[in-house]
Amino acid sequence: MSFNWFRFSSPQTFYPLAGRLAPFFWIASVALTVAGLYIGFFVAPTDFQQGDSYRIIFIHVPAAWMSMFIYVVMAGWAAMGLIFNTRLSSMMANALAPTGALMTAIALWTGALWGRPTWGTWWVWDARLTSELILLFLYVGFMALHASIDDPRRADKAAAILAIVGVVNVPIIYFSVKWWNTLHQGSSVSLTRAPSMASTMLLGMLVMVFAFWAYSIATALTRVRGIILERERHAAWVAQLGTE
Amino acid sequence: MQWGSVGEFIAMGGYGGYVWGAFGVTFVLMAGEVVMVVKGHRDSLRRARLFSKRGDDR
Repeated sequence: MSFNWFRFSSPQTFYPLAGRLAPFFWIASVALTVAGLYIGFFVAPTDFQQGDSYRIIFIHVPAAWMSMFIYVVMAGWAAMGLIFNTRLSSMMANALAPTGALMTAIALWTGALWGRPTWGTWWVWDARLTSELILLFLYVGFMALHASIDDPRRADKAAAILAIVGVVNVPIIYFSVKWWNTLHQGSSVSLTRAPSMASTMLLGMLVMVFAFWAYSIATALTRVRGIILERERHAAWVAQLGTE
Repeated sequence: MQWGSVGEFIAMGGYGGYVWGAFGVTFVLMAGEVVMVVKGHRDSLRRARLFSKRGDDR
């Protein structure tokens, strides 16, 4: 028997699957957060230059990474919805947008609170900070555009185009610290060279990155279940669900 | 571990306001989102039940 990869592209089969998967990601996000905060506050040493203000990076870096990553995934789902005309893909894009916007807001907020003691300013209009702010506007624009069109399938298409065009901003955010002379520092962690930070600091940060991953997946899965119910309410299986 | 007391931990070497301001707001935002998505799904389920009973969008 061959496995049908398109089986879970239907809202009817994905709804119960998401319901079964979500609890694992909720539990993982709580467990990883507890572990990450323990390492971040009790194992990782005080930084010799920044003092304890650097501990903000344990949420700033994961949130900033997720803000970019979620956008790419969201635009990918939106594009799939546009190309293959699959309803579930567009619903996934809609489910990710609020979490992506939240991650962007957290990255900006924590960045400001880190920048004040470290740089002496809450905000500067340098390339990294400005492009991250544009990312927030892209998320908000995506949600607002989708909400402003009554027909959900037309809304999916219009919002997908906005999302796809906005992808160009993600490499700009990522490489901004190289392309321009920014106040924001370059990356301390990269795939091509050894990280320039203490190993316990790095460990705490990576555990928090996985915690934010699990959190984002859990929220998106839970949110998409609500979206499926709202948009498929005319389907027989939802009516069936209602009588249970 | 580098904290001698609870007070030292809260003070965060003089950066307490920045550190707890960052972690506190992040916690409130994320906890708020969790409440919203769980409640959102529950409300959608309730509306789906109403819809299947009455068969209209009212």
